[in-house]
Amino acid sequence: METWSLISVCVFLGLTTRWAVSFNSYSGAGKPPMFGDYEAQRHWQEVTVNLPVHEWYFNTTDNDLNYWGLDYPPLTAYHSLLCAHVAKLIDPTWVELYASRGHESPSHKLFMRATVFIADLVIYIPAVLLYCFYLRDGSAKRRVAVALCILLYPGLILIDYGHFQYNSVSLGLALWAVVGLGLGQDLLGSVAFSLALNYKQMELYHSLPFFCYLLGKCVKQGLTGRGLFLLLKLSVTVLLTFALCWLPFLSDPGQVLQVLCRVFPVGRGLFEDKVANTWCSLNVLIKIRTILPSQIQLLCSFVLTLLAALPSSVKLLAKPTLWQLKLALVNSSLAFFLFSYHVHEKSILLPALPVCLLINDLPLMSIWFLLVSNFSMLPLFMKDGLLMPYVVTTLGFLFFSVYLLSALERTTVAELRLESYQRLTHACLPTLNLCSVVKWKFFLSLVGMAALSLASMLLDPPAALPDLFPVLISVFSFLHFLGLFVYFNLVQLTEPSGRKNQKKAN
Amino acid sequence: MAAPVTNEWKWFSALALGVSLLKCLLINAYHSTDFEVHRNWLALTHSLPLSKWYFEDTSEWTLDYPPFFAWFEFGLSHLAACFDSEMLAVQNLNYASPATVLFQRLSVIVTDVVFIYAVKECCRGVWDEKRKDLLEQPSFILATLLLWNFGLLIVDHIHFQYNGLLFGILLLSIARHFQGRHLEGAFLFSILLNLKHIYLYITPAYGIFLLRCFCFTCSNADRSVQWRSFSVLRFTVLGLIVLSTFALSFGPFIALGQLPQVFSRLFPFKRGLCHAYWAPNIWALYNVADKALTVLGVKLKLLDITKIPKASMTGGLVQESQHSVLPSVTPLATLICTLLSILPALVHMWFRPNGARGFLRCLVMCALGSFIFGWHVHEKAILMAILPYSLLAVEQKEDAGIFFILTTTGHYSLFPLLFTAQELPVKILLMLSFTVFSFTSLKQLFRCRLLSTSEAVYLLGLVPLGLVCECVYPLTTWQKSFPFIPLLVTSVYCALGVIYAFIRLYILLFTFTDCGTEAKMKSQ
Repeated sequence: METWSLISVCVFLGLTTRWAVSFNSYSGAGKPPMFGDYEAQRHWQEVTVNLPVHEWYFNTTDNDLNYWGLDYPPLTAYHSLLCAHVAKLIDPTWVELYASRGHESPSHKLFMRATVFIADLVIYIPAVLLYCFYLRDGSAKRRVAVALCILLYPGLILIDYGHFQYNSVSLGLALWAVVGLGLGQDLLGSVAFSLALNYKQMELYHSLPFFCYLLGKCVKQGLTGRGLFLLLKLSVTVLLTFALCWLPFLSDPGQVLQVLCRVFPVGRGLFEDKVANTWCSLNVLIKIRTILPSQIQLLCSFVLTLLAALPSSVKLLAKPTLWQLKLALVNSSLAFFLFSYHVHEKSILLPALPVCLLINDLPLMSIWFLLVSNFSMLPLFMKDGLLMPYVVTTLGFLFFSVYLLSALERTTVAELRLESYQRLTHACLPTLNLCSVVKWKFFLSLVGMAALSLASMLLDPPAALPDLFPVLISVFSFLHFLGLFVYFNLVQLTEPSGRKNQKKAN
Repeated sequence: MAAPVTNEWKWFSALALGVSLLKCLLINAYHSTDFEVHRNWLALTHSLPLSKWYFEDTSEWTLDYPPFFAWFEFGLSHLAACFDSEMLAVQNLNYASPATVLFQRLSVIVTDVVFIYAVKECCRGVWDEKRKDLLEQPSFILATLLLWNFGLLIVDHIHFQYNGLLFGILLLSIARHFQGRHLEGAFLFSILLNLKHIYLYITPAYGIFLLRCFCFTCSNADRSVQWRSFSVLRFTVLGLIVLSTFALSFGPFIALGQLPQVFSRLFPFKRGLCHAYWAPNIWALYNVADKALTVLGVKLKLLDITKIPKASMTGGLVQESQHSVLPSVTPLATLICTLLSILPALVHMWFRPNGARGFLRCLVMCALGSFIFGWHVHEKAILMAILPYSLLAVEQKEDAGIFFILTTTGHYSLFPLLFTAQELPVKILLMLSFTVFSFTSLKQLFRCRLLSTSEAVYLLGLVPLGLVCECVYPLTTWQKSFPFIPLLVTSVYCALGVIYAFIRLYILLFTFTDCGTEAKMKSQ
């Protein structure tokens, strides 16, 4: 079959899955007074279309910031404004000030779902296809398989089309940046990443690698000659992009400060709900939030995050290649997820995106990570009534990614990129059959996830421990993330210098 | 897709699993009144004694399938009790709790196992060729065309029906004939007839085939029948099998003396010539011609407006057929037309039998003939031609071209079945993927052009037609006053393609000798 038809069939399948998931419930459906993220997005449309720009981020008589106040950067606000204008054309009551609060109707749900679908179709999916077809080597069919696996990653689909958010926009823009850098279009890449950052502040998780990659590239070209020129060009581009995004707020420093205050809410605490990161897991043993004052907590998490992200960033700085960039993106965003301040369970999508990009290079480990990341959000999906699509999309992703990428066959030491590690530990550790150990761990972890999923679906927790299953899920996922964080760091840091030859051998 | 195929049938399970998961995702999609029809049948078979099954009329959706299907619902109802016993009360009209939806949807998905098994058997039966590229292997293409069939997906898993189970039995019966296990095939088909009597339309093909190729054991050198080779034993066994199945099905009702009541439920001739939405067949063209002549007649003052019978067609709801210019069509007339349309194929099979393939071709023509000329045909009935025809399409390039025209128009004509805005993207995306896949894979398989230029232009015309009917027209003010126009245009446009495919099939039957595939089979 010709490649174009294979690609289109894959894209159609990915889109069908997305739209079919959107038939299900969304966060906060029928739950007054606060509802959920769906209402938050609708409320932002209401605010942006009815109020002047300078009131968007301020608590005024018409803008109650305690009711889903705008706390994303300006680009999200503009996107809301655009959607609101379309909504107004269809049915003005959807975005009427005050009156529309908590508005829910089948036609409005359809409209909201369609906005996600269109954003996905315009930004995320083309980026995935570009990545698979310009930056990957391998047969056409392998590329199509990779594209299908990335498009079927259930975490993103369930959050965007089930729970309701626009992650495909910010992640898609970040992916455009990777594609841009990969194709040597550094300016395009930095514009795309600046836009991503201005869409969702969580993209900061990805910012260190982009910065290090570009700086490393400038250094490599010589900081006195062409490198300096490139650096200047890049900084001007980034500054211009930012200035454009913040244009309506630049007139008044107070505006800028208020937006920043809203975007980085330091007062919200070390963590919320149950997140599979260090702080929440440590909380099972030590109640950090009561022991340490909040200033120290903030400092602690900041220092630890930097320390965790440092090794991969330094390596990338020294060796700015696409392969290193992808690994550094994983390591940095995972470091942020594990150690930084006020992390949401949904933020696991940020490390999941670069892991998707590694799915052909490190199939088993990437699939493992993606499955755990999806599993870690199970309590959220259960709250939103997304159990059925969760089960279906997860099984589908597990089966098709393992089958299409032959993940279970590609587990030699070389394919896990652990040769250097094995050489290092050869002396002190008894020789283990790494491949079968990894495979066994993978199967055990699958069994664990299935058991925990079933338990939280079917069993009632004991009365004394109402949060038993969410805590178990988050600790279980945290241990996986920590292990995989070590693994991905190992792969990045031990990469031998002659990788090009190795690539050819593959 | 790209994986090295270690296990020969691993790809098959991937295809089957993938489509089953997709079906599970569609659980919360829109479902039509057929959902309530089947819930009502569950309730009445569960809570009433056998003697009242065909008398019960609390709901307007009375039991109008043959007894075996009622027994099937009876069996399901015992499982349904574990999900939500409220759905089993006859008085609970339009009951659709989440558990009920889940149960009914899952029952369709699970019984599709029969279909999956049948597809596997069919793939073993067709001429296959090991290609280096899995995607070009005939068995792979056939499995995808059947398992991922767009029409079956939307009719069963969105609209709601149990066609997967029924077509599974039909395909299994066909596969058994391909494998030479004719008694088994006949047995399966008689079960099928007692599950849903719409398959009566293809009974002539079965009857003639079994008589000609099974009861007569030999042919002369020129393929004409050798009268002395008639095997009384075979004929008796065959008759016994068929009769005992029917006895098992209808016996209890004969004993109760309810046969006339059962038959009046099974064959409601009070319904009109066309279904609410016209199936793309000859009567759609006939209705439009009548309408056009009426308008013309009024314009030219040849007709008196007051004398025109109040055309009930304007609402798109044609119950009683009333034509104003052309003669009205009676059920008997459609029956004669249907018989005449399939007679040449049957005669051809008698005089020039060509094994199971000739039988399958005749079956497709029977299904298509009755679709085009039948009384009160549902648009869904096109699947009866499309699904079996897939088997022939992967064997011969002439068939591949006709198949593509037939499936594309037939599938497109199913669009009005799903009219909700929510399902619009799904039906478009699934239709596109199925069409793109069937076109490119068949083209690659035979390495030739499938369509002539005019055919391609006709099929591409479906794109603007779809855009106008699905997206533009509902936004215009005409939608309120003439809501039936898109339906009318769709069925007329698709009727052309379906009828064209039927004619092409006849031409192929009489001009082409089917020796090619047989030779290929022998050389294997």
